[in-house]
Amino acid sequence: MKHLLSIEQLSREEIEAILDRAESFAEVGRRDIKKVPTLRGRTVVSLFYESSTRTSSSFDLAAKRLSADLVSVKAAGSSVEKGESLKDTIATLSAYDPAAIVIRHPYAGAAQMVSGWTPAAVVNAGDGKHEHPSQALLDVYTLRRRLGSLEGIRIWIVGDVLHSRVARSNLIAFARMGAEVTVCGPPTLIPRGIEALGCDVSYSLDGIEEAEVVYALRMQKERMSESFVPSLREYAASFQIDTRRLNPRQLLMHPGPVNRGVELSGEAIDSPQSLIAEQVAAGLVVRMAILYELLAGGEGGNTAEQGEGSRPTPIGTPA
Amino acid sequence: MSLTDALDVRPGEDAHLVLRRATVLDPVAGIDAVHDLIIRDGKVAELAAPGEADAEGAEVVEAEGLHVFPAFFDPHVHLRTPGHEHKEDVETGTRAAAAGGYCGILAMANTQPPVSTAADVSALREQARAGASVPVGFLATVTKAMAGEELTEMVELREAGAVGFSDDGLPIVDAGVMRRALQYQHLCGGNIALHEEDPRLSRDGAMHEGPVSAGLGVAGIPSVSESTMVARDAGLAGYEGARIHVQHLSAAESVEAVRAAKAAGVQISAEASPHHLCLTHEEVRSLDPHRFKMNPPLREERDRQALIEGLRDGTVECIATDHAPHQPEEKDVPFEQAAMGVTGLETAFAALHTELVLPGTIDLALLVERMAGGAEPFDLERPTLAPGSEANVVLCDLGAEWTVGEDGYESRSANSWCAGKTLTGRVLMTVAAGQVAFRLRSFSLGVAA
Repeated sequence: MKHLLSIEQLSREEIEAILDRAESFAEVGRRDIKKVPTLRGRTVVSLFYESSTRTSSSFDLAAKRLSADLVSVKAAGSSVEKGESLKDTIATLSAYDPAAIVIRHPYAGAAQMVSGWTPAAVVNAGDGKHEHPSQALLDVYTLRRRLGSLEGIRIWIVGDVLHSRVARSNLIAFARMGAEVTVCGPPTLIPRGIEALGCDVSYSLDGIEEAEVVYALRMQKERMSESFVPSLREYAASFQIDTRRLNPRQLLMHPGPVNRGVELSGEAIDSPQSLIAEQVAAGLVVRMAILYELLAGGEGGNTAEQGEGSRPTPIGTPA
Repeated sequence: MSLTDALDVRPGEDAHLVLRRATVLDPVAGIDAVHDLIIRDGKVAELAAPGEADAEGAEVVEAEGLHVFPAFFDPHVHLRTPGHEHKEDVETGTRAAAAGGYCGILAMANTQPPVSTAADVSALREQARAGASVPVGFLATVTKAMAGEELTEMVELREAGAVGFSDDGLPIVDAGVMRRALQYQHLCGGNIALHEEDPRLSRDGAMHEGPVSAGLGVAGIPSVSESTMVARDAGLAGYEGARIHVQHLSAAESVEAVRAAKAAGVQISAEASPHHLCLTHEEVRSLDPHRFKMNPPLREERDRQALIEGLRDGTVECIATDHAPHQPEEKDVPFEQAAMGVTGLETAFAALHTELVLPGTIDLALLVERMAGGAEPFDLERPTLAPGSEANVVLCDLGAEWTVGEDGYESRSANSWCAGKTLTGRVLMTVAAGQVAFRLRSFSLGVAA
């Protein structure tokens, strides 16, 4: 694997390899010294054109835990504000000879384009409304830890599917791991033709009791002004996941940040069946695993072409 | 009107050519045989028996095994002049047209500023007389500054030589303004070419709305964004007894709307572009903005088939490239941010020959007919090989394979939807308005007999 651009491009085996690797990093995380020297002397650039808390901080921390040198660039306050094109920004950052560029960008296909402009491995940390593969991987990881396997598990993804890269990556990843996925939301927020990705569509929460996992999406306030829904109140009345609609055996997930009282009730968020905190914790180890697989992984790894000196130190040796 | 009466071209020398033993095909004139075709004094002088032409003083082209057609006419080209000469200008755009086998083109008015006054038209016509390789006609905008609010001085524009009108690039959203333009056409004449799109349905769409856009998370432009406007304007044209030309049809529903309007007696004509006839939205999975980002967008296979059926039954009377040059910096950006449009003049015939004729989807004769079908909707004479007519002739090698872009482009821009494709069929020479407008460099002509 040279880049992580989308879940679409990953096989089930490739997904499992990353998750297995993440398990071993979880073990490292339980030690007193949580840092390994794997990427010592190598540079990871994190380039965010959109605001992010979870994704950017966990990629940054993942790179540091692997002992990489980290360059974090936010569009705000950088040359991007002076009108520098993405292509020129990548050329500039590539001059530091980074081993990897982690990029979030407001438009679909940005990470893929970047992969054609740099010798570095490229990690898509979200491209427009297209994909968010690291989120899908950490969600599969979280569920696999809880359920053992996703085979035959029924998962409902509820909310603003139209504007959600998380919905797209997750439904592809869940389906690829053997789950049966239903996307649910008002018809205005379900993209025409989404069934082609291998899911069922429901315009109401009727039937959600069949699901083992309910995955709620963030509902953005600006959707109301565009008439996607008449009001957040009406949306919440029809689609909010609360403890009444959730039965105690169902697991609840959400990519964050949550709008309390909109897509989820406060009670549901704080209930024991909520996996939201586990998802955040999984984010770190899965992103360590992604960087490891791309930069230090076995077959298909690109350590040689990176030309940054010695083979990576094996995992487990303290720094 | 003949092309040279209505359009402008750089004056040059009349060709004196004999195309010896060429396979001459002009389906509209009923010509389909091997002939010696003689071009003299700006006209198709004679179709002689093979090997029998008097070649005295003429350049002789040994054309055995090669095809001769009426040269093509493109009613939809963006020459980007004035204002965006870094993308294309009259010289480069008409050179590209000549290389594609065209003997005439119509330039769209969505320049910077738009072509909205008689002075704008006069200035462009002067440029064409100074530097156009093939005759060019200029459309003027329907509304001032293409704002869709007030009509331009359409009578004066026509007097200055505007061939017709179009706000192409933008639809005329206000039905009331559209209606006034159609009423006014009875005074000023000239066809009105329409970019049909309802921006309230397209919104921020960047590709066709369907399963591919759903998977990519790219906002979609639904088919009904186009077809509802086609139906609206067909209704208005019928009501006013006016005439419209629908540009770049892309959706099956739009083809059906044009067909229904024609059946109802509405004066409506329509064009389809080579990329919509050859490609579908599946290509957009690559998110390659250079080749696959355009408006209207590439749609589904059923839409492509409907366009082909429209070509067959005459609902779509012509092929128009919507040649839309852009520079790399406008395309080397993520798909949603990239400029809309692809170039097409240099590849239209070869692409359609490769994608539609060779697999047997349509006949060669139908392609030849539709490639020149864009003149008549604008009151221009269809290019023909009938003896005595103005010499508008293209010589092609239907067996020649070539890779698009390998030798660069005549166009100033390289955003060809065919870039890198290997096509079968190549234009060797174009005669436009009696002058040799293009010869393929690697194709040498014979010597005078």
